[in-house]
Amino acid sequence: MSTPPAEHPLIAARPTGTGPAVEAVGVVKRFGDFTAVAGIDFAVAPGETFGFLGPNGAGKSSTMRMVGCVSHPTEGTMRVLGRDPRRDGPEIRGRLGVVPQQDTLDGELTVMDNMYVYGRFFRLPRAEVRARSAELLEFVQLADRATAKVDELSGGMKRRLTIARALINRPELVLLDEPTTGLDPQARHLLWERLYRLRADGVTLVLTTHYMDEAEQLCDRLVIMDRGRIVAEGGPAELIRRHAARDVVELRLPAGAEPPSGVLEELADHVERLPDRVLLSTDDGDQTLAAVIGRGVAHERAVVRRATLEDVFLRLTGRTLVD
Amino acid sequence: MSTGLVVRVLPPALLGARRSALWVERQWVASRRIWLVLVSGAFEPLLYLLAIGVGVGALVGDVTYGGQPVPYASWVAPAMLAASAMNGAVYETTGNVFFRMRYSKVYDGALATPLEPRDLALGELIWALLRGAAYAVSFAVVMAVLGLMESWWSLLLVPAALLIGLAFAGLGLYAVTFMRSWTDLDLVQLVTLPLFLFSATFVPLDDYPAWAEPIVVVTPLYQGVALLRDLSLGSVGPATLGHVAYLVVLGLTGLALAGRRFSRMLVR
Repeated sequence: MSTPPAEHPLIAARPTGTGPAVEAVGVVKRFGDFTAVAGIDFAVAPGETFGFLGPNGAGKSSTMRMVGCVSHPTEGTMRVLGRDPRRDGPEIRGRLGVVPQQDTLDGELTVMDNMYVYGRFFRLPRAEVRARSAELLEFVQLADRATAKVDELSGGMKRRLTIARALINRPELVLLDEPTTGLDPQARHLLWERLYRLRADGVTLVLTTHYMDEAEQLCDRLVIMDRGRIVAEGGPAELIRRHAARDVVELRLPAGAEPPSGVLEELADHVERLPDRVLLSTDDGDQTLAAVIGRGVAHERAVVRRATLEDVFLRLTGRTLVD
Repeated sequence: MSTGLVVRVLPPALLGARRSALWVERQWVASRRIWLVLVSGAFEPLLYLLAIGVGVGALVGDVTYGGQPVPYASWVAPAMLAASAMNGAVYETTGNVFFRMRYSKVYDGALATPLEPRDLALGELIWALLRGAAYAVSFAVVMAVLGLMESWWSLLLVPAALLIGLAFAGLGLYAVTFMRSWTDLDLVQLVTLPLFLFSATFVPLDDYPAWAEPIVVVTPLYQGVALLRDLSLGSVGPATLGHVAYLVVLGLTGLALAGRRFSRMLVR
């Protein structure tokens, strides 16, 4: 398979205007008594890769649906590509690419027909849709499956097809709701690589994830959501610096062998007790681990690692991201 | 520009028609076996007309319609066409739409594009009518070949059958938005079967009990049967226009309500 040239005319996005690509002010979303989004403010700059990180039920998907103009806020205002989604929904959606969390591919159609029909929904001329479909299937490495039925594809292939489909209209803004959930590591890395290329082409990306490594790898800036609210905002490195010490010592303690209270607290800036392990936040992990051993704290296993966004989330909410 | 004029002339509800055409195109791409519709469109009436028209007709003899004696087969044929227009429209807008709305998620995919829920509703209705047209053409050809058309007004049978399709597609699209399970779909049969049997389809209205007549007259399939009979038996009058108006109003009302329901279901 030949690698498409770097300046790929069919994939390159159109530049977004100068204002924010997305702007939300005091956005609330309720479904009956249930509040999915409890008042959030954020702005996404053109060309930026912006992430929503949070556990299931944090309100990420509800937020994405509002950005995608297929759901409207109960309160607050939303502007997407400088326009009002309530009034200009079709016009805005014509400039978006959407990769929803749930597979919305057309099971009655082949891979190629999925691309064709979707492209026609944007009123693209038939010949252009065909040419672009072929290019995009190449881009996501599905060209050899063009005549396959969608049902015959693996989960990773469906995801890639959904992404190819979302790019058919040269979107200015691409929304990806948990793009790699359920994919094996190989498929994830292929997907990340494709997203890097879109980002390099200047496409604004907004994505949700509950994988910390994904957020750290892909996002220029992100917000951490919990129970419908934004609890922190910043770049991945900045968030770790601000909300966590540099290192984490993970201790697995033998059952019923908890050290006397206060001992671990003396050794670290912050102690987080999880059901299966204890996390010690510290600026020098090796030194802290040496102190743990020096104090004779019994443990089955000890790991020193760099702090991640997961630690930030844990510190801010007291809960892990993926249960 | 001419589009400017169109925008001013057409009611806003119809402005989505161009986007609806895109959904119709999707249906066309998805329907690999459209010829099957045409074949079954000819096959089904053949069976009906042979069994009921010719078979029962031999026992019954002539029926009086508009003061004239008419062979039973010629009398029952337009009613069969009306019933199949109803069944086709209902089938297309309930079972298929229910599956797309509740299970397949294709509507969700389409709504991420410029399409709006009401465009999908109108697109489904147009598609149901296109299929209905193919079916009605086949049916009408069979009627002509068997010599069951008594009047030149029969040339209008196909467009008139489409009005029946419009009425029932509008109703079907509205009703399907309230269905929660496949069992709910069985309720559709509970409505269409009595309509099929008791819309003066097989027995003239005059032979119904006096109390039943006014009930039968207000049901939609009766209106369709009466319209098609007026045309194929050549007894067109002001009442014929009344049937047309009834079906158009019912269809457009159903469509408007369905469009609103589609929005409420799909944009939350």
